[in-house]
Amino acid sequence: MAKRLMKGAEAIGEAAIRAHCRAYFCYPITPQTEVAEYLVRRMPEVDGVFLQAESELAASNMLFGAAAAGARVFTSSSSPGIALMSEAISYIAAAELPTVFVNIMRCGPGLGGILPAQGDYLNATKGGGHGDYHCIVLAPASVQEAVDLTMSAFELAETYRTPVFVLGDGLIGQMMEPVEFKEGVVNPPPERPWATTGCKDRDPNLVKTLFLDPAALEVHNRKLAAKYREIRANEVRFERYNMDSRPETVMVAYGTVARICKTAIDFLKEKGHEVGLVRPITLYPFPHEELLAIARDEATRNVLVVEMSNGQMLEDVERATRFLKPISFFGRQGGIVPAPEEVVRELELLAS
Amino acid sequence: MQDECKFAGFGGQGIMTVGRLLALAGLQAEREVIWIPSYGPEMRGGTAYCTVVISGLPIGSPIINTPGSLVAMNRPSLEKFAPTVRPGGVIIINSSLIPVSVPRDDVDVLEVPCNQIALEIGSVRSASMVALGALAARSAIVPFETLCEVIESEFKRKAEVARMNLAALERGAEVAREKPRFEPPAADA
Amino acid sequence: MEVIFKRPEALTATPTHYCPGCSHGIIHRLVAETLDELGLRERAVGVAPVGCSVLAYNYFNCDFQEAAHGRAPAFATGIKRVRPDLIVFTYQGDGDLASIGMAEIVHAANRGEKFTTIFVNNAVYGMTGGQMAPTTLSEQVTTTCPMGRDTSDVGHPIRVAELLASLETPAYVARVSAHRPHDIVAARRAIRKAFQYQAEGLCFSLVEVLATCPTNWGKTSSDAVEWLEKNMIPYFPLGELKTPGDDSVAGLTEGL
Ligand SMILES: Cc1ncc(C[n+]2csc(CCOP(=O)(O)OP(=O)(O)O)c2C)c(N)n1
Ligand code: SF4
Repeated sequence: MAKRLMKGAEAIGEAAIRAHCRAYFCYPITPQTEVAEYLVRRMPEVDGVFLQAESELAASNMLFGAAAAGARVFTSSSSPGIALMSEAISYIAAAELPTVFVNIMRCGPGLGGILPAQGDYLNATKGGGHGDYHCIVLAPASVQEAVDLTMSAFELAETYRTPVFVLGDGLIGQMMEPVEFKEGVVNPPPERPWATTGCKDRDPNLVKTLFLDPAALEVHNRKLAAKYREIRANEVRFERYNMDSRPETVMVAYGTVARICKTAIDFLKEKGHEVGLVRPITLYPFPHEELLAIARDEATRNVLVVEMSNGQMLEDVERATRFLKPISFFGRQGGIVPAPEEVVRELELLAS
Repeated sequence: MQDECKFAGFGGQGIMTVGRLLALAGLQAEREVIWIPSYGPEMRGGTAYCTVVISGLPIGSPIINTPGSLVAMNRPSLEKFAPTVRPGGVIIINSSLIPVSVPRDDVDVLEVPCNQIALEIGSVRSASMVALGALAARSAIVPFETLCEVIESEFKRKAEVARMNLAALERGAEVAREKPRFEPPAADA
Repeated sequence: MEVIFKRPEALTATPTHYCPGCSHGIIHRLVAETLDELGLRERAVGVAPVGCSVLAYNYFNCDFQEAAHGRAPAFATGIKRVRPDLIVFTYQGDGDLASIGMAEIVHAANRGEKFTTIFVNNAVYGMTGGQMAPTTLSEQVTTTCPMGRDTSDVGHPIRVAELLASLETPAYVARVSAHRPHDIVAARRAIRKAFQYQAEGLCFSLVEVLATCPTNWGKTSSDAVEWLEKNMIPYFPLGELKTPGDDSVAGLTEGL
């Protein structure tokens, strides 16, 4: 199939359609309003639902309702909007509803700005809302990967009955790259016998999150915990770049930043210096084992974490590598995207 | 080999569109492409710009601080970005709106009266298309014919717009071809 | 030399970032003139919304807070409850006030919080690039209703002034417009009343101001003025919808 040149936000909208998602609830916010502006035209073509809600609070609770009624649903927003969705995300995780949330991150905290950032790593991977839950978090580094991971997100949401995040920075939403939509990747939604679809010929279904009996709630918590264990065991995805040379320095970066690190690696390779990169594709579950193995490898001398934040994934890298090797951090904030030259400079400092 | 071009001007000058057309031509020529917009507060009434990267290999960083070429459609964008162009690169200046040139002898500077040419063709709206034609002719970033094909197919439902844009592209290219080729100064000069 | 036109003290000299033909600048000026005339500037605290006027604090020469999207009335409640002596106003767009912030404004008005809201209704989301607002007119085209607002699907545009005027708690609610000189005079009078009521500790006051957004309406400045007159005023009629029913500021109404 011919490739199409598409903006990340629009490509995400199309990917959802290809993944048989037929309902989208939203509220405008830069830098991803183009998802809505694309789907307002596209959803009617497939008899799907498009609704601009009065707020993110409402949009995300509409998602709860629609998912619990059996529909395959998603929403997209950016950092401040995702913060408002945290309530619903907690409820959705508790009720075990398959849903997809796309967060095209902008810089914060507060109103911050609208330029790219990765400041919602902790929000996405460690909860965000209240209570004991996790979301699967997928981090694309290109528009094509945004498409592939959005499709994958629907599948994972279905398999584990859990909210799944696609977490990209503003550039992923705004830039255009050629994309291809592979056919038949995601199956249509299966029967959802638990959904509230009317109790004709069956006992009534109930979708709820209240457990007044502490013993019953603990059972529920443990069931969720078992699910997260299974996700951690089965769904870890990452990319290794220039790692076969067993480089002394290994970078860890995700999303757009990982691409910038690759350019830095290629530049240094030409000058005869080998540097490697591990790019987590799933941020939850995090590639703990891979990073531990790298930390244990005697060839590894040090680790450099690069983020568009003040050091959020850094905490996971520290945990994964158990501080076996020295870890440095390079981050830019405020919507400033680090340039490859800056990463090269950091690497040269480390080597000297 | 990786080519990068930055297009910059006022919002409403068609900056984003010509960038997209160049990216489409790159795609048609079966190369890797990426189109990166400026987005943000500066878009309201201020400077708009986008960067297009075309490469034979997968593209790494989408952040290009030193592009190979620049199309400057207004003065603020020329002043802002001219110093960033890599030595040996191309700078297209819309001389209809920019009364100054660039004090650099290590880049190929081409002044093209884009608005004036576009007006002669029929509408000032194709001014940035004139600039794109000049860039394509000067830098061989994509085959000129491919760019023409892309314009034809993108505007196939608006025959008049397509005709005007193709004419603008051609006139821009003519200006570029008329001017002698740029010889970078010898390294020790 | 006699100065006949000068910048109100309550406005700074900063040039605004608003598009040509946008009403925000005019409305800022009306508020600033009122603060000057009533001598309130040094006691005033403005609350900026999230929307094109988020940078209002750069243009007003008084204390300001910047609220989360839609929450300005809650900010203002907080300020006014701890410092009733301050003159507090929110300045909000239609997305900010009537969509995401509907709960906050309804409850602030219903509690009769004694601050003033300047509600700028331009029938679209300006800052994010022209999406549908709760006040977008029937069949009006925006980027999230590209075929025109379909009221059978998303309901009719909300008349905020009427909605709030239906609340029991005494309040001053008026709708004015900022598109033609004589409307601007009336708008100024309503804004002055709103602040006066607040200064007297009387009631919550809200002035809805119909405004142009040529950029996202895809119109020239003059076409935008005409469009407002022809389309918005018939649906959003001008006038005072609710007054506190006392005559302490009588005489200001004429011409409204
Ligand atoms: C929680 C949250 N959601 C969404 C946004 C994005 N946003 C910024 S301004 C705006 C709407 C502004 O429209 P309006 O209130 O009508 O004001 P105008 O710009 O037209 O003056 C939106 C949705 C945000 N900043 N925060
Ligand atoms: S986009 Fe509309 S509301 Fe915003 S400044 Fe421009 S004209 Fe005014």
